[in-house]
Amino acid sequence: MSRYTRDQMAERVAQDIPEGAYVNLGIGLPTKVANYLPAEREVFLHSENGLLGMGPSPAPGEEDEDLINAGKQPVTLLTGGAYFHHADSFAMMRGGHLDICVLGAFQVSGGGDLANWHTGAPDAIPAVGGAMDLALGAKQVFVMMEHQTKTGESKVVAQCTYPLTGIACVSRIYTDMAVLDVTPQGLRVREMAPGLTFNDLQAATAATLLPAEPNQE
Amino acid sequence: MIDKTFATLESAVADIHDGATVMIGGFGNAGMPSALIDALLAQGARDLTVVNNNAGNGETGLAALIKAKRVRKIICSFPRQADSHHFDALYRAGEIELELTPQGNLAERIRAAGAGIGGFFTPTGYGTQLAEGKETRLIDGRHYVFETPIRADFALIKALRGDRWGNLVYRKTARNFGPIMAMAAKTTIAQVVDVVALGELDPEAIVTPGIFVQRVVKEAA
Repeated sequence: MSRYTRDQMAERVAQDIPEGAYVNLGIGLPTKVANYLPAEREVFLHSENGLLGMGPSPAPGEEDEDLINAGKQPVTLLTGGAYFHHADSFAMMRGGHLDICVLGAFQVSGGGDLANWHTGAPDAIPAVGGAMDLALGAKQVFVMMEHQTKTGESKVVAQCTYPLTGIACVSRIYTDMAVLDVTPQGLRVREMAPGLTFNDLQAATAATLLPAEPNQE
Repeated sequence: MIDKTFATLESAVADIHDGATVMIGGFGNAGMPSALIDALLAQGARDLTVVNNNAGNGETGLAALIKAKRVRKIICSFPRQADSHHFDALYRAGEIELELTPQGNLAERIRAAGAGIGGFFTPTGYGTQLAEGKETRLIDGRHYVFETPIRADFALIKALRGDRWGNLVYRKTARNFGPIMAMAAKTTIAQVVDVVALGELDPEAIVTPGIFVQRVVKEAA
């Protein structure tokens, strides 16, 4: 069965980020999206520890311990970028100023509920960071994840079984099998990996899907 | 003449008492006031409540304070990291209390304390485990959770430059929690790379005005 690679998923998400957008890319797979934003497209990358206009990783030897991203990796600042404190940084999210945030997830429900911070395992030490703020803090929340777990369980579910990060907050889901829109009617298929049929996709998904609309952009 | 500068790190932290609530700036190692933390460790205060984004990395700074069992409780957003083994061990042994707060709520709770706000309704965390037991309200069709301010006896922060009035500028993303923690503590102690003469900091570029800072100390002699 055909699947998108992680790089193809990143490239696909990047297509939906327009020039001028203020965007936060979450830790992990979403970070890859930056590699597929064309150089001529001006996009403002936000990192919640306090910068806008985040640039790529520095060259070896050029790292600055005072210039890091939310994943605590060394980054650079683009010309025109800015630094600010944490309360301002989260006001940018919570206040609805960010256009898009791209997050990883353990599960997303058909209603757009997100679970991405805690497996709920009794011996796990809970850590939330900015996950809950990010989930609510952008006009559009894109989730990027594998469609199924390593053991073949669907991560797109009718109801999340992991502890929730946010309720009805996800706008669109990009997986290795499909792009799904969260709509008031339910999850609508926007695109599928080449060679996949709607029935294949539905069989791999633990939430009811709506077929793509014929005249969808 | 007002002079908030202290000659030594030791003297700057000398009156931090057992049981104090201490905010510690930094996000990971960026902005962590390591020289002040080392001085606090040497000073010996214990039974502390620490407010920080994390719960220490590796062996130094906050991790060393936790390892030495000086911290009774930590209020943070992201304690678990690959190298947070000292926190992890004490947490699993039940020897340290954790109050987990979403990162933006943590920042806003600190800011609220500094701004004299008695609490606020935030959408972050609504409907999740971290809002259990908290007051909620529906405002203009959206659900919010009530969060309370976090005040501190002391804030230990790191800045790039400070003057004798306590005005501060920071460096890059090391700014993070510094400006808001400075507002939220009764006594804010700023570790700086350089103490500069009054007037050397551009008034248009001062990030933390000296009213929020009680002590300025150079991080290295």
